[in-house]
Amino acid sequence: MADVDRTRPANEVPAAEEEIESGGEQVYVAPPWKLMWWRFRKHKMALISSVVLILFYFVAVFTEFVAPYDPDQNMLQFKQVPPTAMHIRDVEGQFHFAFVYQHVRTMDPQTFQITVKEDMSARYPIQFFVHGFTYKLLGLWQTDVHLFGIPSAKDQQGVFLFGTDRLGRDVFSRICYGARLSLSLGLVSVFLSLALGVVLGGISGYRGGAVDTLIQRVIEFIRTIPTIPLWMTLSAALPADWPVVRVYFGISVILSLVGWTWMARVVRGRFLSMREEDFVLAARLNGSGEMRIILRHMLPSFLSYIIANLTLSIPNMILSETALSFLGLGLRPPAISWGVLLQEAMNVRSLMLSPWVLTPGFAVVIAVLAFNFMGDGLRDAADPYAR
Amino acid sequence: MFGYIMRRVLLMIPTLILISMISFVTIQLPPGDYLTSYAATLRTQGESIQEEAIAQLRDRYGLGQPVYQQYIKWVTGIITKGDWGQSMEWQRPVGELIWERLGLTLVLSLVSLFVGWFIAIPIGVYSATHQYSIPDYVMSVISFIGVGVPGFLLALIVMYFAQTRLGLNVGGLFSEKYINAPWDWNKLVDMLRHFWIPMLILSVEGTAGGIRTTRANLLDELNKPYVELARAKGLTEQRMLWKYPVRVALNPFFSTVGWSLANLVSGATLISVVLSLQTTGPMQLRALTSQDMYLAGTFLFLLSALTVIGTLISDILLAWVDPRIRLEA
Repeated sequence: MADVDRTRPANEVPAAEEEIESGGEQVYVAPPWKLMWWRFRKHKMALISSVVLILFYFVAVFTEFVAPYDPDQNMLQFKQVPPTAMHIRDVEGQFHFAFVYQHVRTMDPQTFQITVKEDMSARYPIQFFVHGFTYKLLGLWQTDVHLFGIPSAKDQQGVFLFGTDRLGRDVFSRICYGARLSLSLGLVSVFLSLALGVVLGGISGYRGGAVDTLIQRVIEFIRTIPTIPLWMTLSAALPADWPVVRVYFGISVILSLVGWTWMARVVRGRFLSMREEDFVLAARLNGSGEMRIILRHMLPSFLSYIIANLTLSIPNMILSETALSFLGLGLRPPAISWGVLLQEAMNVRSLMLSPWVLTPGFAVVIAVLAFNFMGDGLRDAADPYAR
Repeated sequence: MFGYIMRRVLLMIPTLILISMISFVTIQLPPGDYLTSYAATLRTQGESIQEEAIAQLRDRYGLGQPVYQQYIKWVTGIITKGDWGQSMEWQRPVGELIWERLGLTLVLSLVSLFVGWFIAIPIGVYSATHQYSIPDYVMSVISFIGVGVPGFLLALIVMYFAQTRLGLNVGGLFSEKYINAPWDWNKLVDMLRHFWIPMLILSVEGTAGGIRTTRANLLDELNKPYVELARAKGLTEQRMLWKYPVRVALNPFFSTVGWSLANLVSGATLISVVLSLQTTGPMQLRALTSQDMYLAGTFLFLLSALTVIGTLISDILLAWVDPRIRLEA
């Protein structure tokens, strides 16, 4: 196989082995997906990561519901407010469900550093399903119900999980909105590179010969160009007056222009090793056409492997989008993505006075790690018959 | 060996030509050229623009010509006179502007590469020989996080803590008084004082990946019969380890050095923008947004050329350290 994964030893036995062995009779009749699930279940980090990712994508789909504030609303009275502290115990020592105190802001006239003191006399309990700004859920139903919030007049007190930025916009709400673009852009780019990679890698691996050599040379060539400078150059070519949607697809195309090479190598390696398998020979002897062999016999047997590799390449796409938008070459405001949000941190003053503008970065890190772990688990599970 | 090197060097020539074409064409992709964006900037500042002056400039830079003619002019200039074109924004030849920055980028990337290996190899070896011990788990977690945290985010975090907790200003590679000073001993010392922070940030990702690679490969090697044989012959564990399996396990370091270099150059670009280092990153970003095409094109070309050369060196190294590699490929 051409693309040996060098970060995992071959002898590290996936943990599902014992269960499959001790499962007795059940194992021999279990369909492949069941074997995969048994093995995947054993990888605890992968399981946890999947839950995290499901949560993230839930937020991305139901953004307006989860976000307590309108992400573009400048709440001028709440500029650069640090994350709101949550309490469960009041001054008298009594326990309540989570609540926040009334905040009193003072600004140092010299440094403009804002300090917030808690006024213990006024208490705002956190409530679920409160009314806030109106939106259309999934673009269909008009509503103003939000997951959580505090029942107070807007200009008195807010609940800002991750603080607010320079313009008084709630960072948590903005991260929720950013998840929508950042997480979906990763998927879109990965599918674009999958399409390119499967077609070109498939041809390369199945045909071999001169076509193979040519495609391999092209891949090597693309890989030698440092990606960030190349991406910077390409995205600088996207006109600044393009609407958000078009820039979004432009960026995904640019990312997949480099991303496909990796996919193509994986697919090619699989094709090369599978071309010699007995079942392919059997299909050929039975008179199956080329397309039928590829689609009907070969593709299903490495689909799970491809899915595992896809999962592992999503984090790269997310990181790249973040980097490009961060540099101001990718998505631009008013679009909200995690990279765009991190631009705020480029402003040194803003970073020093309100370090919580870095929180979108942690969203990126968590998403990237979760995808990595889940991909790792999927790869172990991908071939349940391997011993 | 000599024949192999010669063949590879000859093969590099078409690659470099291709890279130069791609660099030039991608630089030309944005609609308009430097002068249109220059004129637009002037207009937003409320200054009047003389159409004749713009037309004259366009004529002087040859911007009206078809792309292939501009390209041929650019390439002949480079080959015959070592002239990389004129930076329109800086009003100076590109050649004057880039060398110091390019050198700093290369030094930063290379040093980070070696520092990364230097840290990763012993840790990876320890993790592999003490598999499933507590330090092994700790290192695994750390290396996973190291892979997941993008360099520029790390740079921002370091910048924040350096400034607030230590009162250090970590931006730039030089103190203010040395930025435009000619190179001398004091400037070098001053640079080294600033150098280590970006270097460490840049090497984190490589170190994390390196630990995982070393650990995985060494674990594969440790099960092989030759290890058993070496033990049976009475070699001490340490000597056996470093003499045989570790050497084999380190192969991927050499075989992927080209890509690591490309990755490091990419990473360095981002980190330099964050920390405003005097490397290629910030200047390329600036050149791209103002469509200063010769400057931006030269950067893209030279950075790619560097990684091509890096890959060549790594292949030669690999053929040298691992006699099993066939030279015909």
